[in-house]
Amino acid sequence: MDTDAIIPARYLHTSDPAELAKHCMEDADPRFVGQVQHGDIIVGGRNFGCGSSREHAPIAIKAAGVSCVIAASFARIFFRNALNVGLPILESPEAARRIEAGDVVEVFLGEGLIRNMTRGEEYNAAPLPEFMQRIVDCGGIINYVRQRIGDRG
Amino acid sequence: MRKGWGALGMTITEKILAAHAERDRVEPGELITVKVDMVLGNDITAPVAIDQFRKTGARKVFDPNKIALVPDHFVPNKDIKSALQCAKLREFAREQGIPHYFEVGRMGIEHCLLPEQGLVRPGDVIIGADSHTCTYGALGAFATGVGSTDMAAAMTLGEIWLKVPESMKFVYYGKPRRWVYGKDLILYTIRQIGVDGAAYKAMEFCGESIENLSMDSRFTMANMAVEAGAKNGIIAADEVTLEYVRERAKGKCRVFESDPDANYSAVYEYDVSKIEPQVAFPHLPDNVRPISEVGEVRIDQAVIGSCTNGRMEDLRAAAEVLRGRRVHPDVRLLVFPGTQQIYLQAIREGLVEIFVEAGAAISTPTCGPCLGGHMGVLAEGEKAIATTNRNFVGRMGHPKSEVYLSNAAVAAASAVKGRIASPEEI
Repeated sequence: MDTDAIIPARYLHTSDPAELAKHCMEDADPRFVGQVQHGDIIVGGRNFGCGSSREHAPIAIKAAGVSCVIAASFARIFFRNALNVGLPILESPEAARRIEAGDVVEVFLGEGLIRNMTRGEEYNAAPLPEFMQRIVDCGGIINYVRQRIGDRG
Repeated sequence: MRKGWGALGMTITEKILAAHAERDRVEPGELITVKVDMVLGNDITAPVAIDQFRKTGARKVFDPNKIALVPDHFVPNKDIKSALQCAKLREFAREQGIPHYFEVGRMGIEHCLLPEQGLVRPGDVIIGADSHTCTYGALGAFATGVGSTDMAAAMTLGEIWLKVPESMKFVYYGKPRRWVYGKDLILYTIRQIGVDGAAYKAMEFCGESIENLSMDSRFTMANMAVEAGAKNGIIAADEVTLEYVRERAKGKCRVFESDPDANYSAVYEYDVSKIEPQVAFPHLPDNVRPISEVGEVRIDQAVIGSCTNGRMEDLRAAAEVLRGRRVHPDVRLLVFPGTQQIYLQAIREGLVEIFVEAGAAISTPTCGPCLGGHMGVLAEGEKAIATTNRNFVGRMGHPKSEVYLSNAAVAAASAVKGRIASPEEI
């Protein structure tokens, strides 16, 4: 799943989240925007979010109402961007393999635990390194920077 | 540098990161904070970064001389929304007194422009809100792409957190065949390891074939490291690099090289003499075939240019193929020089005349067609051969269009033949 599929470049003349959400996944699955419901979870494969550095990709996913992305692995810029814009992501090859469309899934971000209610299974995700968890706890990198500037006086 | 007892040597990437973290050494996997020498943004990513910068509460950027703002994606402004994005960039540059803002007519595609303007040097750490920022690794610098919010944080603090990547070593030996360039070496490499084969890692390119490679071809190789998922691509600075930098860069360069006992997660060796011109088929850059195995692929458009292949070597190769020939009646050939300086040089060398006489359209520098933005968008069912870097679904326009990636000589030969063709056929 590449960033051109998540949000095609022809919509990048705006950075308005609501506008971007209207075109989320348009080239991968034109029905996505019509079907996605608030709180839905996207489950992806390897190298999710590869390609461009456009932060518009996690912004579009988040604004479309998606609560979390679980993937076998994430491309590195997408990983950073998702953390920075506050889109929860979890890396779990097992969950990515086992979860089917329509399954009801509960996610415990702090513990890195994914519970598949439909199948009665649990999967573990790699927890965030402590440093990154601190950024998340600050509410994202911008709040972290604001604190740093405050310290600087 | 003296090493502690039992400590292994370091790679060039580790050395540059250690120097910018003010440490003697760093280990792969460590999370570190490094000082940045240059922070880059464009007309798509910088407007978001500017909004985020405002939210930090900072009034001034950390150092206006270490920020470059390049409107290059949707310029000349393709519509009102793009015009607003560019205006935001321009106003921010004025407000903050950022000298490295490049206006239409004096600009270039960011990754062709920054090295040409001497804004990136060996030994530097450069972060850019554009995935192809890794291009500058060709100068022996550490350069990586980030998103807009990371750019905002770096503009404010002058530093960024990074995980020290493991390094993979790619050794190239042997003499390249005719019509084989950096593009072919990197496409061949991505084919071998896959689009996530170097995920989160440093790709270090070395060996006698790299030493003999032009600066332009080196930029192409480092540029596409991200297409294998890499954090950065890097080539140690040598005489070729220093000659390029000497005429351009201000300030001191720091030349680093890997220790002989540095640690690599993998080492690959390739015999360049066996590599033909390569073509990446839709819809991934690792779906690569040698030109002899392409078969019959008719094309509607050929695009020569971009941050990957919009430099003099590329334009000269294309002109060599097109000289005295005509573009096939069914094909549109679009040529995009990477910067205004490259454009001017192409005029002086008579290349632009060759292109126009062949029936090509020449454009001001822009990223436009590469990402299906403007200036060459594909219709449903159309196929293009392009010297660009990505061939994902819908990359150059309609979701049912197709992009094939190649070097400039192959793109030019294909434009003449109306199908993907080797320059040898011309």
